[in-house]
Formats: sequence, structure tokens, C-alpha cells
Amino acid sequence: MAADTPAPTAAEPLIQVEKFNYAYGDNHVLFDVDLNMHSDDVMALIGPSGCGKSTLLRSINRINDLVDSARVVSGKIKIDGVDLYAPDVDVISLRRNVGMVFQKYNPFPRSIFENAVYGLRVAGIKDRHDLEEAAERSLRSAALWDEVKDRLHEVATGLSGGQQQRLCIARAIALQPRILLMDEPCAALDPIATARIEELIHQLRGQYTFVIVTHNMEQAKRIADRTAFFYKGRLIEEDETMNIFNHPRDPQTEAYITGRLT
Amino acid sequence: MNPAPSNDNPFAGDNSGIQQRETAARWALRVGSYIVVIITLAIMLHIFVKGAPVVFRSEWPFVNTQFLTELPATLHVIEDQEGHHIETDVNGADAVKKKLGDDFRSEKTISYSGGGILGPIVGTALLVIVSVGVALFLGVACAIYLSEYAKHGKFLEMVRLAILNLAGVPSVVFGLFGLGAFVLTAPTFVDVPAERSVFSIPLGFTTLSFEGWDTCVLSGGFTLAFVILPVIITASEQCLQAVPQGFRETSMALGATRWQTIRYSVLPFATPGILTSSILGIARAAGETAPIMFTAALAFKDKLPWQKDLPPLPADASIFAHWEQSVSRFLGIFTESVQALPYHIYTLAAKIPQNEYAERAQYGSVFVFLVLVAALAASSVLLRKRLRAKYRW
Repeated sequence: MAADTPAPTAAEPLIQVEKFNYAYGDNHVLFDVDLNMHSDDVMALIGPSGCGKSTLLRSINRINDLVDSARVVSGKIKIDGVDLYAPDVDVISLRRNVGMVFQKYNPFPRSIFENAVYGLRVAGIKDRHDLEEAAERSLRSAALWDEVKDRLHEVATGLSGGQQQRLCIARAIALQPRILLMDEPCAALDPIATARIEELIHQLRGQYTFVIVTHNMEQAKRIADRTAFFYKGRLIEEDETMNIFNHPRDPQTEAYITGRLT
Repeated sequence: MNPAPSNDNPFAGDNSGIQQRETAARWALRVGSYIVVIITLAIMLHIFVKGAPVVFRSEWPFVNTQFLTELPATLHVIEDQEGHHIETDVNGADAVKKKLGDDFRSEKTISYSGGGILGPIVGTALLVIVSVGVALFLGVACAIYLSEYAKHGKFLEMVRLAILNLAGVPSVVFGLFGLGAFVLTAPTFVDVPAERSVFSIPLGFTTLSFEGWDTCVLSGGFTLAFVILPVIITASEQCLQAVPQGFRETSMALGATRWQTIRYSVLPFATPGILTSSILGIARAAGETAPIMFTAALAFKDKLPWQKDLPPLPADASIFAHWEQSVSRFLGIFTESVQALPYHIYTLAAKIPQNEYAERAQYGSVFVFLVLVAALAASSVLLRKRLRAKYRW
């Protein structure tokens, strides 16, 4: 579970999506998606709204289970070769290993400290010292410690938007997951706060495997090792980020990155 | 639909008909609102003018303590030869008559109009405590299940419809339901089942007998709980739905179970609204007459629920030595029938001959009742404000 677990060999992808089909009720949203994501990479998922990239992201920690009508039609998502949708998988421990940061920063209206240790608290850790240590470690990792160390017990919703989103990242990494899913983490932020989040992702690169959904292609270029382009529920093209943006193989990819496809 | 062309002012137009209808609509709505406000004010003012003098005094302690701290009693009014009226109770009547001697002209007795209204106040308080306790537990549990666990679909829609229909049931029907369910058939533990017991299950050391709870606070409280349940369920569900979905997703994404999510990240933020709705439920429960007529309330009772002819507990030992008895005596309060404010007002207004003395008791009771309900409503607003300030997102 810890970030220092030995990385699998390059031949063995950390996350394997195999012929994955997903639907909300009768509304089919993902078709035969095949995608491998390697340990410690930063993977960006791009594509127009409604292309299924968020659904795929939300399937990796099974948070989409909360949607009543959502279901896996066929196919698998595996982490370390284990099928996430197998009946014996414990969603709770899956989610502890796969952290998630949402588009709208949404710290709980509690203290900064309580937000940072929420995941540990629900995991049953009660020792004050352990919690304080974990809070400091995760807030430092999220580059927020210096800004909030004197007001840990003030309510988190009093922070600025960018600080709140970094708190959400701290909250996710407090559990020391291996994978961090980010659903348009900068969509609600101004350019300066966005830059700080991107800087943070650069700092954390290598400690976690990032999967980031973004609408901002410049952002994908800046932060992602690899980029996958989705269109109408299908994976169109996946390659190294520079190849996707400089030499797209598929005409639809080219149309999207040049702004002709919406 | 082309506007009439005009050479002078392009915006003048010929819209006199539209303008008139607009004015008419605005005035109709305005007059409607004024009528509502005027009637409300008239009721309040009338009760205040007639009721406040009964409850308040112009000299210290400014409150008519007798009215608030004594049980209702029969009022004796004795008239002397000069036409002076002397008000007294049943014990004072003879002394007054003896003192007057030949001066005595006549004596009138007016039921329930003497003394105070402590009995009804206490009874209503007990009924409200039981009903809100029961309704909050059942209602919030139901709302959490409907909002957080149940899958959306036909079944959920039907349950919601049923709850809404429950809100439309006339309160006298609830009263009869309470009579049948709680007074006559609810299960209770007894040593020997009564003859009227519907059926009984021997448990060895005791017997579970479905023979009802009799007319008592418990029966009335449960009946009132079902009257206010729809309000509490609907309001609680709305409060739960108002908590951002993002809180649930975030909490679950951090590895919390559904119950942990509800416990730490949904309920705390829905509580202000739930409490507000429950306080409004209190006002409703306190005001209902029909549901308690058959289940809890008496027209007259000369004892408070805890005034029973029981030997006092031995004073030698600490209360803990007799805690079982203490507890059973405390619970005994809830198995007594009581007087209640709305039923007392009904009795005063409809069951006794009307005269100036009865009227005084009526207005006094109504005034106290309104003040209590207004205080509850005000505290609900204050509570919501304070909690809202604490949990903002």
C-alpha cells in the first residue's frame, strides 16, 4: 500500500483496462477500452465532454458504484493483475490504495486538521500522535504546511480555492495510496492556483501513479508523460504526450488538439 | 402581433390592455396578501388583549403565578347583598359564606375555571417529549434509509407517495388508530394477562401480553408521533438531499463505509435542518386535539402525573440503593393519563356554561399556548442560525 512498494517491472503495467464496457442504465458510455498505465507515470485523459474519460477514471476506484444505474457491461480493470470488479474485492481497501481528487474542491466544513486525517480516522486510527504526524506529512507533501501550520484547527472552507484543492490532495495522500486519480483538478481554479497544483504534481511525480482527466491541453502537455484521447466512449489513441500533440496518428486526435473537434 | 407603428415615440406602443391586466393582477395579489396579514394580526391581537391580562400582573412578580403553577379547579363566586363578587375555591367558600353571614346573597360554581393550568402545561410537555422522541428516531431513520440507502425506482416513489398520503390523513383518524393500536392492543409485560388481551406470549419470568397501554402519555405520544412523522420524514429527507453529493463521494473515496460517510459527513450537516423541522413538529404535536382525545387526555385531573399514592422511598439509604424503584416510578409518569392544553381549551370552550369567568380561563390558556408555540418556533429559527454559522460550505 505504501508508495515505496517496489515498482512492478516495466513489462507489467500497474493498471490494465481490458475490453472495458460501461453503461448508465441503457446508456452505453464506454466501448471496448483497452489501456495500460505504468507505475509512477503521469497519465492524462483528454477528450471532449461526454467522451467517457471521467467515467473511466471513476471506475478505477469504483466511486461510480454510488450511481444507482451504473454498471460494468463487460471487460475488466486490473490493478497488479487483480480484477477490481471481482466479487471478493473489498472496495474500502481498494479506495484506500487509490486516492481521488475531485473537480470542485470540496473539503468538509471541519477543521483543516480533521480534513487531513479524515481517511485515517475512518480507517480506525485514534492515536493523537499518529494523526498529527500523518497530517503534517501529508500537508507538507501537498505544499500546504507552511501556509496552514498555525491554523490547523480553523475551518477549512476559510482557505482560498487553491489551498482548499491542495488540502484535498493532502487528504488523499494521507492514506499513502499508490494511485492518485484527479478529475479536472484545476477546473475551478485561477491560473496561479493552477500553476501551484501543476508544480505539486511535478514534485509528487514518481511517488504516486497519476491519472488525470483534463480539458486543458496545455496542462496535459506540461504534466503528463503519456496521454490518452477519448472520443464518444472509445479510446482513439494513446501514446507519449509529445507524440500525441506533435504527431497524432489518428485524424480525430489531430482534429481535437487543433480545436476543430468539440 | 406587430406593434402599432408610431412616428413619435417608438416605445410608446398600444399596450393599454396589457397594462390594465398587469395592474389588476398586481392588485389582486396584493389584496390577497393584505387580507391574510390582517386576519393573522387580528387573531393575535385579540388573544393578546384578552389573554395577557389573565397571565400578567401590573405589580411584582408581573406574572400571575397562580395561573401558571396551580392545577385547574372549580371556581366559586359568592355574591353579597351589595352585589360584590368574591372569587374563591371550594375550600374557601364556606369561610367566606360564614364571614358574610346575612350579607350572603348567592353562590355560583364554574367548573375548571379556577386555579391555574399547570396540569395541562405539564401534560402537553410530556406528550411532546414522547412524540418528538419517537418521531425523530423513526423519522430520521426512515429519511436516512430513503435518501442514502434505497435505490431510486418505483418502490421508492411508492414509499414517498405513502408518506405524503399519511400527511393528509385527518387527525381524528390518527386518534382512532391510536385508540385501537396503542390503548387497546400494544404489547406490554405483565405477570397475569388481562382478560381483554388480544393474545399473550408466556416468557417464563413474565408474559408479553398484547393488551394495550391504556389511556396514558405513552399512547398519546406514540399517536402524535405518527401525526408528525410525515412532516419529519419529508423535511429530514430534504435536508439530507441538500448536503452536497461531493461530500459523500469524497468520504467514500477516502475509504469510508456508507455508515461512516453518513455519520461523519452527511448527518452533521443535515442536523440544523432536521432540528428545525422537528421543532415545528413539536408545535404541531402540541396543538393537536383529536389524536389525544381517545389516547391520553382527560378533561379534568386533580393530580400531576407524578403525584401518586405510593409510600415514599426509604430515606435512610442513597437513591442508588433503590434505583430500580426510582426508575420504575420515573417511567410511571408516562403511564398516567394527563390533561393537555388543546384539550383543556376545548373543554373550557365547549363543555362548560359560558360566562365571564370561563372566558377568562379560556383566553388565559390560549394565550399561554400561543406563547409556548411562538417560543418553540423562535428557538427553531435561532438554533438553525447558530448551526448554519457553524457548518457552512
